[in-house]
Amino acid sequence: MMRRLFLVVWLMASAMPALAFQPPAAQSEYVPVKDLPPVDQLPAAPLLVAAYSFIWLAAMFYLWTIWRRLGKVETDMRALEQRRSPSRR
Amino acid sequence: MFLRTALLVLRKDFAIEVKSREILYTTLLFALSCVLVFSIAFVKEGEPLEDAAAGILWIAIEFAGTLALGRTFERERYGETLRALLLAPAPRAAIYVGKMLGIVVLLAVCELLLVPLVALLFRSRLFEEPVLLLALLLTGTVGFAVVGSLFAAMLVRARTRDVMLPILLYPMTVPLMIGGVRGTVALTQTPVDQPSAIMWIVLLLCMDAVFLVLALWTFEPLMTE
Amino acid sequence: MRKAFFPLLLVTSAMFAYAPVVIAHADYESTMGLVQKVMYFHAPSGMVMLISAVVCGVASALYLWKKDPAADRVAIAAAELAALFGLIVLVTGPLWARKAWGVWWVWEARLTMSFVGWLITVGYLFVRKYGGPGSDKLAAGLAVFGTANVPFIYVSVNIWRTMHPMTTVVPTLQPGMRGAFWFSALTLFMLYGLLLAARVHLERQRTALDQLYLAEED
Repeated sequence: MMRRLFLVVWLMASAMPALAFQPPAAQSEYVPVKDLPPVDQLPAAPLLVAAYSFIWLAAMFYLWTIWRRLGKVETDMRALEQRRSPSRR
Repeated sequence: MFLRTALLVLRKDFAIEVKSREILYTTLLFALSCVLVFSIAFVKEGEPLEDAAAGILWIAIEFAGTLALGRTFERERYGETLRALLLAPAPRAAIYVGKMLGIVVLLAVCELLLVPLVALLFRSRLFEEPVLLLALLLTGTVGFAVVGSLFAAMLVRARTRDVMLPILLYPMTVPLMIGGVRGTVALTQTPVDQPSAIMWIVLLLCMDAVFLVLALWTFEPLMTE
Repeated sequence: MRKAFFPLLLVTSAMFAYAPVVIAHADYESTMGLVQKVMYFHAPSGMVMLISAVVCGVASALYLWKKDPAADRVAIAAAELAALFGLIVLVTGPLWARKAWGVWWVWEARLTMSFVGWLITVGYLFVRKYGGPGSDKLAAGLAVFGTANVPFIYVSVNIWRTMHPMTTVVPTLQPGMRGAFWFSALTLFMLYGLLLAARVHLERQRTALDQLYLAEED
């Protein structure tokens, strides 16, 4: 009984912050401005750098997958060769 | 000989289907369920979104068509009749055309019900230019059936055929869908945009021709195994 | 031929590393400023993707009709590279578009058709991987159909005047930009050639391995 009461009180207490943090009052009117302040303009450099790095990473990743697969195939080939040569002798 | 074989294959499929009507009824019901789901997504406060009817119609045709394709060829695979068909001394391409015509007829029957229903449910003035609408539906459906029948036949023996068919079919039929939807939208404008609709019909016709030629060329080497 | 691979790879990597310097010295474009420089990689990647798709289509057609296994090896290599460069195009494009057009993506002719083309390429790779027996023929058929898509992509921007720059931009590049563009294009073409050669080599080794397995069973 006490445990249940404690649970109810705890739940209500957790709801308090949700009730307290209401959204601020909405804007009542718009104010036009001629040019976007520099802080709001999208910087182009990060996009450019991201594009360039992506190409590097993609190409290297692909080369690495070819390397890996080639390694597996060559290991299998060597294993097969070894299996065949003892029996030939 | 070619046309006779194709029509024979068509008659065979028709005869089987008329007996049970299984694929027809289930495809129709699936199309209706699609329309229902779209109505929930594209209707706002009881009013359908502008031009939504065109998109809904063609998506329902595409989804229902994919199912019908899968089921038709599954039936062939189950009865092992595909091998029998391929062993028959008939030109392979004719068999393909026969199956393709079967799909066209099936989808046409579905569209007979679907188009008035969509027009009704989404309050769309689809029937302003019935001849142009018919031409649009015909070219679009034939194009879809051409590509779909080839892919479904190719995939009949693949392990993951059920999921591979949509994966392969949907990107390939995007040009057809674009043509169909934009043509239908042109037909539902308040003064009907005839030149646009006719342009889309001609474009669809060209795409159908290209796809049909490619399909006839590739069916033979693809099915030799 | 094989000995030339690693030196060429080094040269290409060096060119690729040097490319930003070349690009930085190129003229700025008047309306788009710095971000337009993505074009120096985006446009050649698009060219490579289309070329690779056509190579795949032609090789697939050869495989379907002439049953040449070497053609099949080239086809799968070209498909993987078309998917790779297609991904590069589809990622660098939106990065450019975000600044130039204000949006990441817009459903207009060339973007849509490029995306569709990329999906078809990925579908080809899926069929090869998960299709089961006979999937190589199946995939070849798909590739033949997909190649018919390529002219649509190239021509789409000229027919439907939309936001995407038209194909006439490249031949009419001003001298200040031309050098950088063709340097980047050359780098990417060389990269493509090298990756294609490497991939075909892998496929050839796989075929050899399969034959060894078969010989062992006999």
